[in-house]
Amino acid sequence: MAREIPYIAAVQEAIRVEMERDPTVVFYGQDVAPSDEDPLVQAFGRQRVRVSPISETAEIGMAVGLALAGYRPVVELLMAEFMLVAMNQVVNEAPRLRYMSGGQVKVPAVFKAGYGFTAGWAGQHTGSIYGMFMGFPGLKIALPSTPADAKGLMAAAIRDDNPVCYLINYLLVLEHGDVPEGEYVVPFGEAAVRRAGSDVTIVATGWTVGKALAAAETLKAEGIEAEVIDPRTLNPLDTATILSSVEKTGRLVVVDQGTRHGGASAVIASEVAEHGFGSLKAPIAQVTALDVTVPYSEPMEAYVLPNEEKIAGTVRQVLGEAPVAA
Amino acid sequence: MTELDNDKLVWMFTQMLRIREFEERVKRTFEEHPGVIRGHTHLADGAEASIVGSLATLKPGDQLMATYRCHGYPIALGTDTKSIMAEIYGRKDGLCGGYGGSMHLVDPERGFMGTSGIVGQGIPQATGLAFAAQLRNRSHPPQVVLSFFGDGASKQGAFHESLNLASLWKLPVVYIMENNNYNVATRSEQEDANAAAGEPLSRKAAAYSMPGVTVDGTDPIAVYEAVGAAAGRARAGDGPTLIESKVYRLSAHGNIIAPPGVPLHYPEHEAITVFGNRAEYEAALRGDPVPRFRARLVEQSVLDQARADEIAQGVRDEMDAAVKFALDDPFPDPEAAAKIDYVYA
Repeated sequence: MAREIPYIAAVQEAIRVEMERDPTVVFYGQDVAPSDEDPLVQAFGRQRVRVSPISETAEIGMAVGLALAGYRPVVELLMAEFMLVAMNQVVNEAPRLRYMSGGQVKVPAVFKAGYGFTAGWAGQHTGSIYGMFMGFPGLKIALPSTPADAKGLMAAAIRDDNPVCYLINYLLVLEHGDVPEGEYVVPFGEAAVRRAGSDVTIVATGWTVGKALAAAETLKAEGIEAEVIDPRTLNPLDTATILSSVEKTGRLVVVDQGTRHGGASAVIASEVAEHGFGSLKAPIAQVTALDVTVPYSEPMEAYVLPNEEKIAGTVRQVLGEAPVAA
Repeated sequence: MTELDNDKLVWMFTQMLRIREFEERVKRTFEEHPGVIRGHTHLADGAEASIVGSLATLKPGDQLMATYRCHGYPIALGTDTKSIMAEIYGRKDGLCGGYGGSMHLVDPERGFMGTSGIVGQGIPQATGLAFAAQLRNRSHPPQVVLSFFGDGASKQGAFHESLNLASLWKLPVVYIMENNNYNVATRSEQEDANAAAGEPLSRKAAAYSMPGVTVDGTDPIAVYEAVGAAAGRARAGDGPTLIESKVYRLSAHGNIIAPPGVPLHYPEHEAITVFGNRAEYEAALRGDPVPRFRARLVEQSVLDQARADEIAQGVRDEMDAAVKFALDDPFPDPEAAAKIDYVYA
């Protein structure tokens, strides 16, 4: 049975369901359940649900240790940028220990954080910084764009035997949607085709999925049918679904809230350029944030971000329906 | 401590000798088989008493993590020295299949959960093992985690964050700082406020409301007693202890690397090469823990000279075999580097 709940509630529900299902799941982090009245504390006790100091290196490093010892920690890190404080643990410890040990150990840990809070949080709390995590083999990345995926991808992250950066888009936390009750898992590495279309493929991530779908409706009125694909996880990345869509449409627009250079969008574009070149009828186009730090003031912030108009405009250009901007 | 019967004392002596002899063979490999060892190795010679005295306190189910200076722990835990040497030589049957090398030995079956090559970064991971032990300890005999690191690591944020959390949560962990007084070539009093003030580094423990103990790390029995008391405290649920184990590294920080990255022999200790202080190094050599412990056991009639010689010969034979095995062992197939099961579990 599905019912409508907000994205953020779906995340919490996944943690609760997985903690019920598996006694090795442990949840802790900054401001996690400081009150003993917290429902998770009531349900699972203070051993498995803990509030930690502002100590990212210890929080994430301890998750690595817990995972090595057979537990499945979920660490609440609040904001993706806080992981930067402990980057060595995230990228140079957790994903490398299994390989360096010759497969003797595994590190099933979830690093849960929000990102992309482009709502006046200025330069240091708004980044969509997952592109940098894509350069570390062994580290998985989930970017849920719907309440159902928020639940299903969290469950998959907890059950995964590898370190996972599970990233909540802060602009989506109050979005409502149908979410299945009980156990619900969305497997990693399976992109969702959010809208079928034959003229152009739009690959969009996280918050921009909704923008791409809105742009597709605008374009429909102009007789353009866009296919909108949400990769859901960036590692593993479902290139097969993207390539088969591009084979059908011959055109690709990649949309991402992050900056372009070294970002997720560039990686997706390069995969299609290399493996789908023969299908392309037009150059690949990217709609990303500008390569600047996100500014505070509202009109400037809006200016640097992708939006529905930029996506629609870029699709028209790719289809030769509008002049290519200089 | 009464627990240290003669068998255990002889075991401790044997493990100290095995570590020393193993490290000598690593060192000799640079001269006898140039190019066989790649990159950077870090030797535990001088720290044998500290390592063995600490590990002698372990009970089944206990775990430990260490640093890139990591050969000694698995040797004392009983990991086959053939597989350790083969790992250092980058061979197929190495402990980690040639994926990790000298700095990244792991033997989970024996409780050696790994190392970090980055200073201080193993401390929170060991603290996480202790978190796991605390969760398990509710239904099992209490387990303890030993977290080994150097004096330099105590200036890392990871040290501060971990000790605060471990004390706050009363985690069953013993932090063992092997203080060899050098961060590569920088002396502690040049980079540590406690050392500069002439105070022991164990004083840092007071900031985390946990006991801090300084012990002579060249005396395995003193280390055993200090770590044993701390482990007992941890098993009882009373939380962590910081132990400063004072050792003297008898080799340089690591082997020399000549451009473009060809490893060469071990240079002399930095006391000599950087500070011109040969007297300090020679004093440390006179205090070498391995012959000192042998003399002590002979004096106390735990061992006679003949038995000690016999043990030493056995250790030399073992290490001959380890070197031979590692030299003869083939390299891994290059394609094994892309083994996806090792990238993702």
